[in-house]
Amino acid sequence: MRRDILTGFLSMIILTILLGFAYPMLVTGVSQGIFPGKADGSLIKRNGVVVGSALIGQQFYEPVIGTNGKAETVKGVAVIQPDPRYFQTRPSGTGQPYVTGGTADNAAGSAFSNAGPNSVATRADDLANIQTYLKLEQPYDPGLSAATIPVDAVNSSASSVDPDISVANARIQAHRVAAVRHLPLSTVDALVARYTTARSLGFLGEPGVNVLELNLALDRGPGANS
Amino acid sequence: MTVNGWLQILAFCALLIILSPILGRYMAKVYSGERVFLTPIFGGAERLLLRCFFVDPKREQDWKSYAKSLIIFSLAGWIVLYVVLRTASIQPWNNYAGVEFHAAPWDVTFNTVSSFLTNTNWQYYGGETTLTYLSQMLGLTVQNFVSAAVGICVAIALIRGIAGRSGKSLGNFYSDLVKTILYVLLPISFISALVLVSQGSLQNLSHYVSAHGISGLAQTIAMGPVASQEAIKMLGTNGGGFFNVNSAHPFENPNGFTNFFEMLLVLIIPASLVFTYGRMVASRRQSLAIFATMFVMFLGGVTVAYAAEAHGSPAQRAAGLVTGVRANSTGGNLEGKEQRFGIAGSAIFDVVTTVTSCGAVNSSIESYTGLGGAVPFANLSASEVIFGGVGTGLYSILLYVLLAVFIGGLMVGRTPEYLGKKIEAKEIKLVALGLLITPLTALFSTSLATASAAGRASIVATGPQGFSETFYAYLSQANNNGSAFAGYTGFIQPAAGNVGSHGVTFTDLLGGFTMLFARYAPILFALAVAGALAGKRVSPVGLGTMRTDNATFVVLLIGVIVLVGALTFFPALLLGPIVQALTGHLY
Repeated sequence: MRRDILTGFLSMIILTILLGFAYPMLVTGVSQGIFPGKADGSLIKRNGVVVGSALIGQQFYEPVIGTNGKAETVKGVAVIQPDPRYFQTRPSGTGQPYVTGGTADNAAGSAFSNAGPNSVATRADDLANIQTYLKLEQPYDPGLSAATIPVDAVNSSASSVDPDISVANARIQAHRVAAVRHLPLSTVDALVARYTTARSLGFLGEPGVNVLELNLALDRGPGANS
Repeated sequence: MTVNGWLQILAFCALLIILSPILGRYMAKVYSGERVFLTPIFGGAERLLLRCFFVDPKREQDWKSYAKSLIIFSLAGWIVLYVVLRTASIQPWNNYAGVEFHAAPWDVTFNTVSSFLTNTNWQYYGGETTLTYLSQMLGLTVQNFVSAAVGICVAIALIRGIAGRSGKSLGNFYSDLVKTILYVLLPISFISALVLVSQGSLQNLSHYVSAHGISGLAQTIAMGPVASQEAIKMLGTNGGGFFNVNSAHPFENPNGFTNFFEMLLVLIIPASLVFTYGRMVASRRQSLAIFATMFVMFLGGVTVAYAAEAHGSPAQRAAGLVTGVRANSTGGNLEGKEQRFGIAGSAIFDVVTTVTSCGAVNSSIESYTGLGGAVPFANLSASEVIFGGVGTGLYSILLYVLLAVFIGGLMVGRTPEYLGKKIEAKEIKLVALGLLITPLTALFSTSLATASAAGRASIVATGPQGFSETFYAYLSQANNNGSAFAGYTGFIQPAAGNVGSHGVTFTDLLGGFTMLFARYAPILFALAVAGALAGKRVSPVGLGTMRTDNATFVVLLIGVIVLVGALTFFPALLLGPIVQALTGHLY
């Protein structure tokens, strides 16, 4: 019996070192050698500053400026609203879009919305998101109604940091972005097409428009390459 | 539903059917002690490890001895993991999130440790806000390997019992354990981890990154050694996410390809073991019959889940959304689903991870429609035999096979035999106990949690969804699955790093004991069955022998599985998901 117990603990400790230290360290070493950028989170820099990750969704909001010319705050937190110059990501379970808050989607504390299919609260969230979307987009796309809004623009993502939106959603937002930036719609649509990630191997998953990359491209100016 | 969605489902099934016999044959060689192509690489390491453990691999063990080694090894694993998780505050590589990480409270840790030990990987913790890198690696990654290996060992022992021609030996536990890790889990995980990194999964030990968004908002991005854990999390049908949102997180599952790849990792070992079985009992038709049984039930689940989610939810329609497929939009119930996976990629993943004991999620099951959510319920109600967890799936369905043989034998009025071995009163008692313990534990714990105020404290949803949450929690923990209607909680955490956090003691302990009991009791019964069968004499096949490798038997087997599941769970299912599926009413 004593020998069995010795074997049990000894094997557990040795396996812990092998599988819990040697294995992840080896994977880390090899990954850092072969795929350094990807292993470090596909970070995107602009002018030497990290602006986000290509794989992680974030919100593109601006402070609300009050009538006195100062940024409005509620309990010391700046009130923010969608920045109309940018494409907007999907509603998020943690980012609390369209309300006060100082941070973009929380990429260090992901969470589901857990909104149930038969829940009054889910309907309320959906209705609120529809209203916000219409308020933002309808002035530039008069034909838009609740029935024509794509579901991804209203339903929260799973990860709360979904980097993509559907192409249908992007095409609607393109009207606003083109108008605000004084660009031809065709130019913005072309950028949308360029930053659309196709299905993997042509048939796996769904196409999505990478919002951060698209917005960065808009800031660089439509004429700029890559 | 779309043509493309079905194309993904068909491609997945085709690849599974092609690959599993190949890996199955390889594993049969490994466990029969034959040379394989990895023997020159790992043979030395295998002998060295066993020598370090003071184990003589040639010492054959009967079922009691095998079970004793397994239980003591698991106990040691429990203690080591508990110590690792509770010492977070003194570990290096702490403070990478900008705050000092402390250990989660004792009750949450009890739940987490029991959960990883039993291959459940139930998450009351949120990885990136609760666990240090070293806890993830030394603690969770290790149990991801080891708990999976233990499951496979039990399956192999049961196969040896059924195949055994003489004596009582089931093999040697530590030898099987080391073989599983070195020849199967470690090499596949290593390569898979690199594949995942190549697609964008993380693998570093860096500080969380502070990003300055282009419109001026700050964003903290979690880092960590993700891919190495993700690979074995899927391969070992473990399912405990590095991140709180599990495989929905882009760093765990970056695109449509990784989603497909991860699903394949989940099913490949459970499906292959069926062919390992056929080879070790020298009957390919036997494994085909079992594979067909699993496959039919799997495809049924996928079809229902995909159709239900593509249809959309009552809440969406009440809000005025139109959920049909249209140009450039997935349509359907996209609440709690990622754009890059869409409806099909989420629905298949959901079924793949709930038929097995994986429990990883790439979408929020709590947000599935009533019918779509009923599919994981049904999968769990079938006691994880539709492929099932690594090892657990095979040993559980073999118990069902014995039950079906017994029932069939009664119908034709002959002594039931399986592969020439008589199934007698002793075996069938053990089989029945082994099969019923899991559902009974699930129902008992659900009743306890529903009937007590302490249990109801964990519920967030209202109406039937509240019951669904509770029922799913204990069904999932009893089946060692680990997926969740994630609103149900046993951990209150106001801030990252666990300052001021506390567990819901009742929920954590009930869940922990549910997992431990529903894991080890069936293992002991399965090993006892193996022991009882090992010594039996094989009688020759006669004219009156009931065939167990034809379509009739497949139908009988499906019938038995469905009947046992339905009889046990139907009343409870009526109160939750079925009500939700039948009504457009909002609660």
